[in-house]
Amino acid sequence: MSYLEYNVKHTPTGLAKVLHINWALVVLLVAVASVGFLMLYSVAGGNPALWVEPQMKRFAVGLAVMLIVGLVPLWFWRSMSGLAYAVSVILLLAVEFFGAIGMGAQRWLELGPIRLQPSELAKISVIMAMAAYYDWLDVRKTSHPLWVLVAVAIVALPAFLTLRQPDLGTALLILGGGGLMMFFAGVSLWYFGGVLAGGGGLIALVFASRGTEWQLLKDYQFRRIDSFLDPALDPLGAGYHINQAMIALGSGGWSGRGFMQGTQSRLNFLPEKHTDFIFTTLAEEFGFVGGASLLVLYLAVIATCVIAAIKARNRFASLIILGVAGNFFLYFAVNMAMVMGLAPVVGVPLPLVSYGGSAMMVIMLGFGLVQSACVHRPRERP
Amino acid sequence: MKRSARDNAESVRTITRRAALLGGAQLVFAGALVLRMRTMQLAEADEYRLLAEENRINIRLLPPSRGLIQDRHGAILADNVQNYRVVLVREDAGEPRAALERLAQVIPLSDAQIERAERDIMRHRPFVPVTIADRLNWEEVARIAANAPAMPGITPEVGLSRHYPFGPEFAHVVGYVGPVSEADLAERENPEPLLMIPRFQIGKIGIEREMEEMLRGSAGHRRVEVNAVGREMRELDRQEGDPGHNVQLTLDRDLQAFTMARLNEESASAVIMEVATGDILAIASSPSFDPNLFVRGITVADFGGLRENPFRPLSNKSVQGAYPPGSTFKMVTALAAFEADLITPDERVHCGGHIEVSGRRFHCWRRGGHGRMNLVAALSESCDVYFYELAQRVGIERINAMATKLGLGQRYQLPLSAMSEGLNPSRQWKRDRRGEEWLVGDTINAAIGQGFVLSTPLQLAVMTARLATNREVLPRLVHGIDGDDTAPPEYAPLGLPPDVLSLVHRGMWECANHTRGTAYSSRIVDESMQMCGKTGTSQVFSITAAERAEGIRSQEQLPWNRRNHALFVAFAPETEPRYAVSVVVEHGGGGSTSAAPIGRDLALAVQAGGLPPIEAYPQPQRNRIETMLREISIRIGPLGAPGSARSRA
Repeated sequence: MSYLEYNVKHTPTGLAKVLHINWALVVLLVAVASVGFLMLYSVAGGNPALWVEPQMKRFAVGLAVMLIVGLVPLWFWRSMSGLAYAVSVILLLAVEFFGAIGMGAQRWLELGPIRLQPSELAKISVIMAMAAYYDWLDVRKTSHPLWVLVAVAIVALPAFLTLRQPDLGTALLILGGGGLMMFFAGVSLWYFGGVLAGGGGLIALVFASRGTEWQLLKDYQFRRIDSFLDPALDPLGAGYHINQAMIALGSGGWSGRGFMQGTQSRLNFLPEKHTDFIFTTLAEEFGFVGGASLLVLYLAVIATCVIAAIKARNRFASLIILGVAGNFFLYFAVNMAMVMGLAPVVGVPLPLVSYGGSAMMVIMLGFGLVQSACVHRPRERP
Repeated sequence: MKRSARDNAESVRTITRRAALLGGAQLVFAGALVLRMRTMQLAEADEYRLLAEENRINIRLLPPSRGLIQDRHGAILADNVQNYRVVLVREDAGEPRAALERLAQVIPLSDAQIERAERDIMRHRPFVPVTIADRLNWEEVARIAANAPAMPGITPEVGLSRHYPFGPEFAHVVGYVGPVSEADLAERENPEPLLMIPRFQIGKIGIEREMEEMLRGSAGHRRVEVNAVGREMRELDRQEGDPGHNVQLTLDRDLQAFTMARLNEESASAVIMEVATGDILAIASSPSFDPNLFVRGITVADFGGLRENPFRPLSNKSVQGAYPPGSTFKMVTALAAFEADLITPDERVHCGGHIEVSGRRFHCWRRGGHGRMNLVAALSESCDVYFYELAQRVGIERINAMATKLGLGQRYQLPLSAMSEGLNPSRQWKRDRRGEEWLVGDTINAAIGQGFVLSTPLQLAVMTARLATNREVLPRLVHGIDGDDTAPPEYAPLGLPPDVLSLVHRGMWECANHTRGTAYSSRIVDESMQMCGKTGTSQVFSITAAERAEGIRSQEQLPWNRRNHALFVAFAPETEPRYAVSVVVEHGGGGSTSAAPIGRDLALAVQAGGLPPIEAYPQPQRNRIETMLREISIRIGPLGAPGSARSRA
């Protein structure tokens, strides 16, 4: 920031910050979360104590976290980026050695009363680290192979540790988030073309590894891919989830069967109906109208963020906003594609709607950073 | 980080460009999601809706109530009675073993029952009701209900089960039902889903089996909503099935009871028909069994006992038993010969006790011979030699044709199981089946109903009815369906020459009423009830030379299963015949001694519409008869007019 700019512009301080919070974004997030409350109420068969109340409490905490993080100056968060990244990697390593095993995967770390899912934390810390890295890096060196390699290493380390847990969905989200950051920072498109080509090769390699000693994915992950490719193959086994999800979604029709009238969720045909597959209940009970509306809400969140990012005119701020928004997009895009049978079932929740604490906290933390970037944007003096 | 303004501007431009680029890509992806949703939710919605409905809706069948089987006056022969059972739902009852033991303190349960019930319970999902015991009596049901608070998950339920109020009396005709077996399903091409219901019962033999489709009715259904594990959530709608049709038989409850009692557990069988309509009023096979045992699931011991009984209680002898008709066949031979004008009524044949044909000697039953016989006398006294002579003149083909005309050697359209066709032999038959040529001796044997000829008691009754009416009478067993009586068909005339037929009637009358008639001791003195009859004694085994050497001369000295079958056919009253009767007593010795007395009692009972009137019997026999009738009366209770109190019980 030049001296001139310093004199012409100022950054809000004290209580004035509250006025500069991006309230449109807050309203949109509350709207999305409310859709979640509605659906959780429905899938619980009208029992609010089961899922809705805990979810509301978590969201309230998340909202508070977002506002507090948003009121802390952005430069503080930038200087914390390295530390956050280091803590995430250490926690992931800790999971590797001390993690609790649930559903066949080591994901949780028990720290006294707190159950921590470090891979969720890694998502946000990777975004922070990448934003800080590219802010620090000379813009002209962005596409230099050496510096690209450094960026890849920053992303790959937590992604690899997460894959080891094994948690394919989160690992892919970390990779995707990191890739988006590199894209926003201006890394040459040739690299992305190369990665896409290489990715194709890798997929071929993964399939070639099946059944061999060096098998790269677990059997259940292969089965998920199989059932994605042909859900009818095993309607009662691996394909059951996706089949039932598609039946629920498709049977919604234009306007759905009505609130709490979805038979697929109410009669328990839907698996994970309150977590990863909650979108199918929405689509079943509110039909195309409901599903598309939620999608529009999500896109509005993204659009708000993109506008904020463009307005920020600060490399770190823009990158962090776009990173959080991109990550948010990856969440709902992968989840919706998954329940519509367009992507394999990879355990990605529907952001702010699916029941679950860790993911929501990390998302709200991310939007906290977005708010911080919005609040501390240098403004013209009035 | 120090950065030049130019770099900064460049950075902002790059980010803006890239953000716009990715924002565009995101929009495209979101558009793809919307398109996909549109395809699934609008274009293919019906398909998915259907799949969702199939998921959630189960069709549960409601078994229809089975049609009743009634006698001609409406007495119920096969009924549906309420069957109380106790069911357990595991998720409400808790630990099954403990729950069963609590139940065992309230109603009697054997250890085996408890073990089987426990296995059943564990095989099913926790919300499925499992039957622990059925056929509970009222007291047991009341005890379970009273203890209900202490036994959660255990409830009494009521269902319908088949009951045969008259037990053995109609077992062979009405038959019984039992659970659907693998074999039952295998013999049907497209088994109705109804048959798959656990514990569903279908007819196994008799009317129950042969009229199964009529009696079963059609299933109703309820559509229920189930969840992913199959638990019933609620009933969406319910459509009761159509109950089966009630089948009214031509049988007369009281007459059947009397007939069964009169056969007195001997290995015997009898049929009573109305000659004008062909209605079977009684069709009895003795000894019998209790069909209710089969409905409940017969024990191995009980079933073994029935199967090993030498009197074959499981066999319906009246239609399944094919016997040489013996002398009851002589009317056939006579009519065949006289119709062809091969002999005149007055022509007499000398009976010297035997004749010789192609080097073989054929004996008359009376070793000393009957002397000179004409048709009437030969029928009355059952002279064999007379018919040997006719046989040689008429030949087997004419006899065969006449037997067919009189209804022998054919299977009738009746809803009864395992009906035998009997056998009317012919040259062709012997060539086809035995690969031998027909011999004159075969004709001679056939002429007196021996040799190859076989008939069932029902066929003999039909023959008698046709003799009585000169019409093509056919037996009828179904009187009406659901109260709609089907009118008996008008039977076509048989076309037997009336003069010859009246001679045959005369011979049969003398047989039963003339001093020299073989059935004279079974005569009826009440002239309005007199019958025309014919005895028959058919050889099962000849008395061997060895037995003769041991001094065995008479039937009584032979072991039971080597004795001759005793037969008797009759119609009555003589002047205007209304009823035909046939009786076969297996290994009964002689027709005149064992079969004719039964035939007379049956003829009197059917004419009197109750117990035979004692005045119809010859004076000297009345004491003995009275004792016998009293015993029968005690066994079967009061008989009365149609629809008597007992019939309605």
